[in-house]
Amino acid sequence: MSDVEADLVFHALADRTRRDIMGKVGEREHSISSLARQYEISFAAVQKHVAVLERASLVTKRVRGREKLVGGNAETLRRASRLLARYEQVWRHRDDAITRLLNERDERTES
Amino acid sequence: MTVISSNPDRESLTMTIVCEFDAGIDRIWQLWEDPRQLEQWWGPPTWPATFEQHDFEVGGESKYYMTGPEGERAGGWWRMTAIDGPSRLEFEDGFSDEEGRPSEEMPTMKMTVTLAEDGGKTRMTVLTRFAALDQLEQVLEMGMEEGMKQALSQIDALL
Repeated sequence: MSDVEADLVFHALADRTRRDIMGKVGEREHSISSLARQYEISFAAVQKHVAVLERASLVTKRVRGREKLVGGNAETLRRASRLLARYEQVWRHRDDAITRLLNERDERTES
Repeated sequence: MTVISSNPDRESLTMTIVCEFDAGIDRIWQLWEDPRQLEQWWGPPTWPATFEQHDFEVGGESKYYMTGPEGERAGGWWRMTAIDGPSRLEFEDGFSDEEGRPSEEMPTMKMTVTLAEDGGKTRMTVLTRFAALDQLEQVLEMGMEEGMKQALSQIDALL
């Protein structure tokens, strides 16, 4: 993920409604009008949220008849998960360092 | 490896890490209380931390920097919000600018550490709360991952 892509993804996911939309469209496709009904916000407001998600490649839109259907982009979600996994790695290193530190002290005490 | 569980939650923007150490609770509490011990494990492998200040009391602040392999520095600060030794510690963790001043525009994480002893072993739970996901990205950019490229590529291969 480039810096520009990451900026777009994290800006998109920093909003609660957009995260919620991501959860919904990750399970199955939704039309913009059905999303607007579920959040009790205007059609135009949902369209704006979806546009932000689409710029970050988090969702894709496709036309079916007169509707536009919004679906989740699994690949980009995986990239976001990867960043959380990196943070986990920071802590795994800390825990390893603590374990080494405890062992060193044990040895010193015994000798 | 002492990590026994990790729970990344993308909805609430938290990461919970639980690990267990073969030591008593007071020993593990010292790892947080004593800056000379803290700096032996807080920084990533190639970015050791140096704590210049560590006021381990509620409202107290810490100042530290981590030194990278090329001699570059990444500064940070803590502000203690709750201390209930030896079982609970809460603090904010943020970044500092080059002069060591807290950086206004940079992210602050909220950390909650709980310790519990059972049968001579101590279980440590660390909860990190991010206010927004872009904080997490900045954390990882601040040299935190420099020393772990190999481990990261392994993770990437798994995902």
